[in-house]
Amino acid sequence: MRLSGRFGRFGGCYVPEILVPALEQLEAAFLDAQDDPAFAAELNDLLANYAGRPTPLTRCRNLPGNIYLKREDLLHGGAHKTNQVLAQALLARRMGKTRLIAETGAGQHGVATAIAGALLGFDTVIYMGAEDVERQKLNVFRMELMGATVVPVEAGGRTLKDAINEALRDWSASFETTHYLLGTAAGPHPFPTMVREFQRVIGREARAQMLDQLGQLPDAVVACVGGGSNAIGLFADFFDDDVRLIGVEAAGKGLHGDEHGATLLCGTPGILHGAETLVLEDDDGQIADTWSVSAGLDYPAVGPEHAFLKESGRAEYVGATDTEALAAFKLLAEQEGILCAFESAHAIAHALKLAEAEPDSAILVGLSGRGDKDVSQAQALLG
Amino acid sequence: MSRYAAMFERLGGEGAFGAFVMLGDPDLQSSARLLDALVEGGADMIEVGIPFSDPIADGPVIQAAAQRALAAGVRVGDCFELIARFRERHADVPVGILTYANLVVARGGFMRDAAEAGADSLLIADVPTIEAERFTQEMTQAGIEPVLIAAGNTPDAALRRIAGLSKAYTYCASRAGITGTHAGGQFDSAITAKLRRFGAPPPVFGFGISTPEHVRAALDAGARGVICGSAIVDCAARGGDVAGLVRTLKAATRERLAPAMN
Repeated sequence: MRLSGRFGRFGGCYVPEILVPALEQLEAAFLDAQDDPAFAAELNDLLANYAGRPTPLTRCRNLPGNIYLKREDLLHGGAHKTNQVLAQALLARRMGKTRLIAETGAGQHGVATAIAGALLGFDTVIYMGAEDVERQKLNVFRMELMGATVVPVEAGGRTLKDAINEALRDWSASFETTHYLLGTAAGPHPFPTMVREFQRVIGREARAQMLDQLGQLPDAVVACVGGGSNAIGLFADFFDDDVRLIGVEAAGKGLHGDEHGATLLCGTPGILHGAETLVLEDDDGQIADTWSVSAGLDYPAVGPEHAFLKESGRAEYVGATDTEALAAFKLLAEQEGILCAFESAHAIAHALKLAEAEPDSAILVGLSGRGDKDVSQAQALLG
Repeated sequence: MSRYAAMFERLGGEGAFGAFVMLGDPDLQSSARLLDALVEGGADMIEVGIPFSDPIADGPVIQAAAQRALAAGVRVGDCFELIARFRERHADVPVGILTYANLVVARGGFMRDAAEAGADSLLIADVPTIEAERFTQEMTQAGIEPVLIAAGNTPDAALRRIAGLSKAYTYCASRAGITGTHAGGQFDSAITAKLRRFGAPPPVFGFGISTPEHVRAALDAGARGVICGSAIVDCAARGGDVAGLVRTLKAATRERLAPAMN
């Protein structure tokens, strides 16, 4: 490896030996592409003319306080996922791979990968927990419409972490022809670094748009954190600014019990899915089952850079419960005419608390995805 | 002399037969009996899994075994207890632990507890050579011999590191992918020759060993032994004759003399 792959004591490359050459090849392809103007040109063309970048920055007209939304919900595919999926798919082509595999929870990353597979001509296989396949039938059909094969994973708790396990198992036999298009800034090196760099465009645009619209940087930047790719992409260009960075985790049914996905708030150092990071586990180190109303935040580990940002104090992490997120989802729809993803609703929920405490603060919120996928669940919960 | 070294010396040119089971599968009592059945069938070395919730290197058979054990409430401490009781019954049979990194880092003193229970080696499936040093140092201090995996695609530089860091034996993956009985491996003499040249501990093939033909092919490729996992776990899960299966596979290690090492 050419980079350390470490964020303080977190990160690293904890995979079976057989996968190390594949990750070394990926790191080399990523670093070479970063220096290749032709790669940047093709990616930027796709982001602008296919996916719809730059995305708008919207100042909320009716919510209290001074809240700005970075509108990744308006990106093709309906979430920020498309940014880095297009980039990784171009890398896969560069490496001569013909097949893409990916994991998905709610289906947003699976949909984004199916989009890239259709556009760039890959065989695409999406691993999805059998439980999630049942809950997200519409997204399964979306992926299939775009030519992807969706494989239900029956192992374990039949959700996102089991889908990642299965994708890693596939990749350990298929890496010669196949790229594992990991969906978040977690996993073994080089994924956390690479996904951050491919999502950095969110914060780069938002920073310039804040300066343009408000004439100053925001006081706080707020984003939801599951694996952490939209948050790290939004945060990265603000690292050197005097701006509060706040990640919002899924507090589920409350942090006192086990039914949440608040890894940074309640986790302990461990090793899962290739990285040393914070994990939710029992005393023995068995990985815990998590809970969130939003499938995208229902994950027992987190990107290692967030673990580092928490430990270093550069970012702060808070929780929003299912109830708070649903209330924020409803309020944003009623007041601003925007149906956001349940994941993003966690960030909105915290921004509303912050706006109440500090009405004069300018708050930038990552609206990471749109809520179409959640409408039927919302109907059941709110209707 | 370590139990592994003594075993290889005792066997001379005969191949070592390693039998793998998941500790606590399907419960602690049955698991203890199963360990004895492996020795009764003639296993030279016992490899034991400590069940982990997210075993990314394992196929359906071993995954199911881990889930059965966890569903039965088996804890890591119970697994060390099983090893300790086994050690009281079988003083000389080498016992190696195969598990995952999170269990090791979650328990302060994992290596010490493993050594005190009487285990001889530890292989951590998701710790490759580039991350291995801090683990192998701790193992060595605790008196546990590190085992690392060499695969067909492992570059020479990594094979040299494996040779330097491994002690008991070198686990050679006979093919890419995960554990399981479906496909036999590619038993490539190139890897055993390289490991020998780099001074690695005796190469032992694992992955895809389920028939006497596989055992012969592995030994023909220069291995000093084989490890059979999924076939044994599957046999036990079906209530089959595990000692008989081990006996049949072990017999294949006596049919020919493996090339002398070192």
